[in-house]
Amino acid sequence: MKKPDISLWWITIAVIVLIVIPVVTKSPILRESVFLILLYMTLALSLNIILGYTGYVSFGHIVYYGIGGYVTFSLIYFYGINLIVAMIIGGLFAAAIAYSLGQAILKLRGAYFAIATIGVNEAVKALVNNLDAIGGAEGLYFNIKVYNAYGGAENAIWLSYYLMSALIIITLIVNWYIKKSKFGLGLMAIREDEDAAIILGVDTRKYKSLAYMLSALFPGIAGGIFFFKNGNIEPENAFHLVKSIEMIFMVMLGGFGTVTGPVLGALVYERIRGLLLINPLFKNLHIAISGVVLLLIVLFMPSGIIGYVREKIAKIRRYIE
Amino acid sequence: MIDVWVDSIIGGLLLGLVYGLAAIGLNLIWGVMKVINLSHGAFMALGMFVIYLLFTAFGIFPYFGLVIVIGLGLVLGMLTYFVALHRVIDAPELSTLLATFSVSLFIIGVGTFVFTTIPYAIDISLGSISFGNITILGTKVATGLISIAFTAILYVFLYKTRLGKAIRAVSMNRVAAELMGVNTTFILALSFGIGIALAMSAGALIATIFPFTILSGGVYELKSFVICVLGGLGSPLGALVGGIVLGMIENVVTLQIPTSYVPVIEFSILVLILLLKPSGLLGGKV
Repeated sequence: MKKPDISLWWITIAVIVLIVIPVVTKSPILRESVFLILLYMTLALSLNIILGYTGYVSFGHIVYYGIGGYVTFSLIYFYGINLIVAMIIGGLFAAAIAYSLGQAILKLRGAYFAIATIGVNEAVKALVNNLDAIGGAEGLYFNIKVYNAYGGAENAIWLSYYLMSALIIITLIVNWYIKKSKFGLGLMAIREDEDAAIILGVDTRKYKSLAYMLSALFPGIAGGIFFFKNGNIEPENAFHLVKSIEMIFMVMLGGFGTVTGPVLGALVYERIRGLLLINPLFKNLHIAISGVVLLLIVLFMPSGIIGYVREKIAKIRRYIE
Repeated sequence: MIDVWVDSIIGGLLLGLVYGLAAIGLNLIWGVMKVINLSHGAFMALGMFVIYLLFTAFGIFPYFGLVIVIGLGLVLGMLTYFVALHRVIDAPELSTLLATFSVSLFIIGVGTFVFTTIPYAIDISLGSISFGNITILGTKVATGLISIAFTAILYVFLYKTRLGKAIRAVSMNRVAAELMGVNTTFILALSFGIGIALAMSAGALIATIFPFTILSGGVYELKSFVICVLGGLGSPLGALVGGIVLGMIENVVTLQIPTSYVPVIEFSILVLILLLKPSGLLGGKV
C-alpha cells in the first residue's frame, strides 16, 4: 500500500480545520451549515468513485442514501438499536443492494446505465411509498424521547455531527487510496476504454461491482446519520432525484476523478446555494441560475476547477490529487 | 362489469397515444444524436403553459394553438441545440446528459418564478361520446386523434421526403452522411427542434385533458423513458406501441391493484427491459 503523501495530508488537515471551527465556537448556526457541507462532501466523494474514477454515470445515486436512511431509521424506530450500530447496518445494507443490483445493471454502458439508475431510484421510491409498515408516503417521525438514550436532543445533534465528521475523513482517505492503488488504476482503465481494459486483463466485472458497492456504502451511512438528526424520513426527501443531480453537479464543479475536486465542489456548491437563497433578488431564481452555471461548466470547463488548475500548472500536480 | 373494462381499455388507448407522441420526441433525438434529452419534461411543461397562455390571454382555441406551439418548439429546440449541445455533441454522454439537464433547470427555474408551482387547468369541453353505459370525453378523443395524425405526418416526413432521408442517414452513420454532402450540423439541430416540438405539442395536448403545474413535465419525462425503452430506443413506431402499453397499464391494471403501485410496475419494467432486451420490444433503428 502506498504511503500517504502531502497531497492527502493537506486536504485532510483542511477538512479537520473546517470540522473544528463549530466545535470551538459552539455556534449552532455554524454547526448546521458545516454539517451540511460535510454531508455534501461525503456524497460527492462517494459518487466520485463510480462516476469520476470508473466513468459510469449513476444518475439515481441518491437511492443508496435513501435506503441507508430508511434502514437506520427503522432499526432505531422499531427496535431501539444504537445509532452507531444501526447506521453501519444501514450502510452495509445499501452496499449489499448496490452489489446485487450492480451484477445486473453494470452490464449496461453509457446512457443505458444512466437511465437504468434513474429507473431504480424511482422504482424504490414508489415501492417505499406503498410500504405502510415503514410509514408509506407519510414517512416516519421520531418521538423526542428517542434522543434521551443519547443524553438529550442537543447531545444527539452533536453526536451526529461527530459521526459525520468521522465519516467524511474515512471517505476522503478511502478515495485517495483508491486513486493511488492498482484497483484505482483498473477503474480508470475502464473509464478510458472498457474493451481495452478487458483485453489487458482487468477483471472489469469485479472492479466495477466493488467500486459501485463502495460508492453506495458511504451515502448509506450518511443517510442514516442525516435522518437520525432530522427526526423524520419520508420517500420524497429520501429519494429526491434533484439530490442526485446535486451530487453530480458538485463532482463536476470541483473536478471529477480527483480527490480534492469533490471536496472543493461540495464546499463551493453549498456556499453558492446559501448566497443565492439569502439574496432576495435571486432567491426565486436560484434553480435557473444553477442551470446556467452547470451549463457553463459543462461547455467550457468540463474537467472542473481542480482539473483546470492541474492542466494549467504542471508543478502543482504533485500536491493536488 | 364488462363496461368498466371497455371504458378502461379505450381510455388507456387514447392516453397511450399521447404518451407515445411525447416519447417519439425523445426517441427521435436519441436515435439521431445519441443524446438522452433530460430537458424533455421541462419542454413538455413549457408546451402546457404556452397553450394555456394562448387560450387565456389571446382566446386561441387550444387545437389551433398547437400550430404555434410546434413552430415555437422548432425554434427553441434548434436554439437549444446551438447554445447547449453543439459544443459537446461528441463528448462522453455525461456532458450531453448534464447539458440538457441544465436547460431543464433553467426552464423549470424561470417557470417556477413566473407561474409558481400551483396547478393550472384549461377549461374546454368538446362534449362527450356515449354508447351504452360508456362515456368518453370529446377532449380525450381529440388528443388521441391528433396524436395519430402527428405520428403519421412525422412518418411521412421521415420516409418520403429528402430532408427526412437525410435525418435517417445521419442517425445511421453521421460521418458517412457528411461525406455524402449532408449538412449534419443542420440536420442535428433540426432533429433536436422536431423532438422538442413533439414534446411541447404532447405537453399541450395533455394540458387539455389533465390539470398541470410547471413540475408536471418530470412525471411525463420519466414515463417517456419507460416507453422508449419498452418500444426500443430509436424506434418511432416502437414508441407509439410502448405508449399504448403504458396507457393500458395505467388504466386497466388499476382496476385490479391500487393506483399507487403503478410507478413500481412501470419502473420495474424499465429496468427489466434494459437488462433482458435493451433493444426494446420492437428493437430497430429510425
